Amino acid sequence: MNIQSIVENITINIDGQDVEVPKGINIIEAVKMVGKGKEVPHYCYHPKLSVAGNCRMCMVEMGMPMRDRATGEAILDENGVQKIGWMPKPTIGCATNASPGMHIRTNSEMVKESRNGVTEFLLINHPLDCPICDQAGECRLQEFSAEHGRGYSRFIEKKNVKPKRTTLGPRVTLDDERCILCSRCIRFSKEVAGDDVLGFVDRGTYSTLTCFPGKDLSHNYSLNTVDICPVGALTSTDFRFKMRVWFLKRTDSICTESSVGANTEIWSREGKIYRITPRRNDAVNDTWMTDSGRALYKAIESDDRLVQYTIEGVHKSPEEVANAAVELLQLGDVALVGSAHSSLEEQFFYKTIAERCGAKVSLVSHYGEGDGLLLSEDRSPNLRGALVTGLIDQLPEAKLDALAHDINSGAVKTVLAVNEDLTQLGIDSETLAKVKVIYVGTHANKTSQVAHLVIPSLMVFEKDGSFINQSFRLQRFKTAVPGPRGVKSDITILEKIAAPLAQEKAAPALAIDELWLRMVKTLASLPESLSWRSLPDEGVVLDAKAFLDLSFVETKNLKYDPVAFKEAHTASAQAPAAAAQEEA
Amino acid sequence: MALQETRLIFKHIDEEGYTNDIDCYVKNGGYEQLKKAVTMKPEDICAEVLTSGVRGRGGAGFPAGMKWKFLDRKSGKPIYLVCNADESEPGTFKDRQIIHQDPHQLIEGMMCAAFAIQAKLAFIYIRGEFFQGYKILERAIEEAREKNFLGDNILGSGYSCDIIVHRGAGAYICGEETGLIESLEGFRANPRIKPPYFPAALGAYQCPTIVNNVETLCDVKHIIEMGGEGFAKIGTPGNTGTRIWCVSGHVQKPGYYEFACGDVTLGQLINDVCGGLKPGRKLKAVIPGGSSAKILRADERFTGKLKDGTEFDWGIEDIPMDFDSLAAVGSMSGSGGVIVMDDTTDMVEALANINYFYAHESCGQCTPCREGVPWMRKVTQRMVDGEAREEDADLLKSIADQIAGRTICAFGEAASWPVQSFIAKFKDEFVEKAKEQAARRKEGEEVAKETTLI
Repeated sequence: MNIQSIVENITINIDGQDVEVPKGINIIEAVKMVGKGKEVPHYCYHPKLSVAGNCRMCMVEMGMPMRDRATGEAILDENGVQKIGWMPKPTIGCATNASPGMHIRTNSEMVKESRNGVTEFLLINHPLDCPICDQAGECRLQEFSAEHGRGYSRFIEKKNVKPKRTTLGPRVTLDDERCILCSRCIRFSKEVAGDDVLGFVDRGTYSTLTCFPGKDLSHNYSLNTVDICPVGALTSTDFRFKMRVWFLKRTDSICTESSVGANTEIWSREGKIYRITPRRNDAVNDTWMTDSGRALYKAIESDDRLVQYTIEGVHKSPEEVANAAVELLQLGDVALVGSAHSSLEEQFFYKTIAERCGAKVSLVSHYGEGDGLLLSEDRSPNLRGALVTGLIDQLPEAKLDALAHDINSGAVKTVLAVNEDLTQLGIDSETLAKVKVIYVGTHANKTSQVAHLVIPSLMVFEKDGSFINQSFRLQRFKTAVPGPRGVKSDITILEKIAAPLAQEKAAPALAIDELWLRMVKTLASLPESLSWRSLPDEGVVLDAKAFLDLSFVETKNLKYDPVAFKEAHTASAQAPAAAAQEEA
Repeated sequence: MALQETRLIFKHIDEEGYTNDIDCYVKNGGYEQLKKAVTMKPEDICAEVLTSGVRGRGGAGFPAGMKWKFLDRKSGKPIYLVCNADESEPGTFKDRQIIHQDPHQLIEGMMCAAFAIQAKLAFIYIRGEFFQGYKILERAIEEAREKNFLGDNILGSGYSCDIIVHRGAGAYICGEETGLIESLEGFRANPRIKPPYFPAALGAYQCPTIVNNVETLCDVKHIIEMGGEGFAKIGTPGNTGTRIWCVSGHVQKPGYYEFACGDVTLGQLINDVCGGLKPGRKLKAVIPGGSSAKILRADERFTGKLKDGTEFDWGIEDIPMDFDSLAAVGSMSGSGGVIVMDDTTDMVEALANINYFYAHESCGQCTPCREGVPWMRKVTQRMVDGEAREEDADLLKSIADQIAGRTICAFGEAASWPVQSFIAKFKDEFVEKAKEQAARRKEGEEVAKETTLI
């Protein structure tokens, strides 16, 4: 983004059409910018990795305006137009950078013929086991073979034999016969993950991808190699042979692992999630995400999932539990333990509830070690949300000592706990027994076991909402799968609690857009024009000026630098969008 | 035309009593040119080399002076000089003789070149199989260092440069200059993409680097001795200096012969210099510049125009042995490996042999070469093994056409030119092979004799 705004635009000619592109951009990207479904097919090139130029699929014809060598003057044809000196051989688009006046042909006979040749070569030793290959349906080789191949084989010799099931690491299995040796995985491990573990052994047509001796592909980004593998060579051991990808529904979501807020795509079918993959957002996570973040959906089907509304352990209807909660909260002496895992919408409700029953709000920090890439120190997705909604105005503490004191002194009689196990946070079960607990959460724990009221909550995959990440980027997630049977969405149940507290009538079925109308009115940081539905896919950067004095724990990672962030937001508080671009 | 060899680089090769130690070299006037060179201005030497018109002896025939001119001197990075001694083109055996018998000539040439381009360090990348040559070079460098012909403050000139000998590990692709640089840096010898990695700008360790062939670097010494113009007088305009022709195959006296460019025709080289073919045999074909050069058929007529516009009409024996003439007849002088084939040669087997080599040596980095060349090998192997089909000739040509010009380095051309030219000139033999095998199969006879490709 930043680069494009600074670098000058130049005019090049693609297939007879003059187009403006940023100077120095490569031809693959330039053609993509032209749009209209135009594409230079490629395997080894990846926008976020170095250029290898080895697949030879992105061949284009290139020509430059002719100049007289001696005088430097333009050579004109009979019509007075400068002649184009076409190169006799095709060049690769990935390593050819746009320069003024450059002419490109992406579909000439020579280009078609060389793509056809490359496709044929890639297929002769390929097992062609698409019917049993996981990549089928999202395989570049399959797509380009249909588009650019000749449709029949001239190869009657024996194919090369290579290892079929190499375990590269705990999560990745390799089928070497399918590998087209594009080296994307090697470059990714080296350049992005910073763990140089992959390489080729043997030579020529026998080249085989493998791990270096004594190493394995176990870093927390190993599954990205599966994503960027253009064929079915690197497969996720978890997803392998589970599902055909064309049956899967894709839903945009946000990773909840840390405050990075990596953009993700949830792949589900009939209410079951099969995998999570990263979604490109150049300001947040490029095209990557952690392995650990991909496994979070497994908690959906965990045995300790809360699926029933209960009062004193007895199964009740949601309305009964909501009413009971209202009654309890109206008695006063309430403490609220919020969560940075809640969505912005839920936090807005908790803030409302806390105001209406005069509750003291505390939040607990979940910090860990950052990896400098896409796993930040703050292991909650929405701490900024709690600040923006006003739920808290200070950074959270590690323990709830103050609350323990308040309980013991009798100042607190009721605790509304959101997704936190209080017994782990400095409140022993003896202390906890002194108060009535309303527990809202996704999974059972020691607190939910002793809670007076239990309100099951939905996981991020099961509801609509939004989070605010480390750089105050508001990002939206959508429902991928339905929640457990009978469990209502959090905002529906919270409306039933919050409204009666102010003697209002609860909206019968609160839609998220309706809630957003209230939110933009109330919350200063949210521009009034904003609505949940109209949030762009890449998110919106909010004005963070009010929170710059807080010392957030995140250190520098892939797209976030605390120092630069602060500077950018101090300098251009008037134009948060521009600030976001600087920071990106 | 005289049939006298013009021995310039090979002056002392095989000379009675000539040894490869420094005393013998100095006694024969050695290191005098280096002494002269360090008193000259580096840019003057470069200019002399440019004037001399000396062209690269490694295969491509690119003017060395021009190559030096492309050197990126503004970057402020150190400049490296690399001697390409990875002589691995089948049919070529000249560099080894220089290294074994006259290593100091190479060292002197290299130091002159290093001084001219102001290299910080020089490397000799020597083919892994040349272990003897490696030892000889190591000793020679030690001797030269003792006498201050290299090392710190060479001959009191204030210029310092050393030579490091680096052994390859047995791969043809290490002779490709960017592959060589990768290998020198300790990686797999995968050639780099050009652009952006032109050695003159981003070579060894991403610094400007000049890679020259052994013979080319030896020429530098002689250019200093004779001056650029003096050197240019040898040979013909555009084809200056001498060339060492390594003649192998079906001739009576195979070996290396040094002639001024254009001084001798192919026919003279075979018949007079190498003693002709074996009795009763007829010339069938010649590969004039190492196995990757396009083959020339004995009964062809070559007509066309030379660079300077003169028309020619030659039989195979009339072709003058120089860069431009061989290029004009559709082949190349390459590395100077002349492979002669007489009428006993089975062209299918000959091609199968060449394909076997290239399939084995493809580095495997880019698709067309990695997949296409072994495919050609499999096809020719199958033909030799008795399963030839009449359509195989066209298939081979089509595969080769899909490789040439589509790869990262020139290996693609090196591997497809033989196939393209064999099919273009001997297609009838490939088709005949299939027919013959089919006929034998019908008769119930053994289809193919056992052939071992090496």
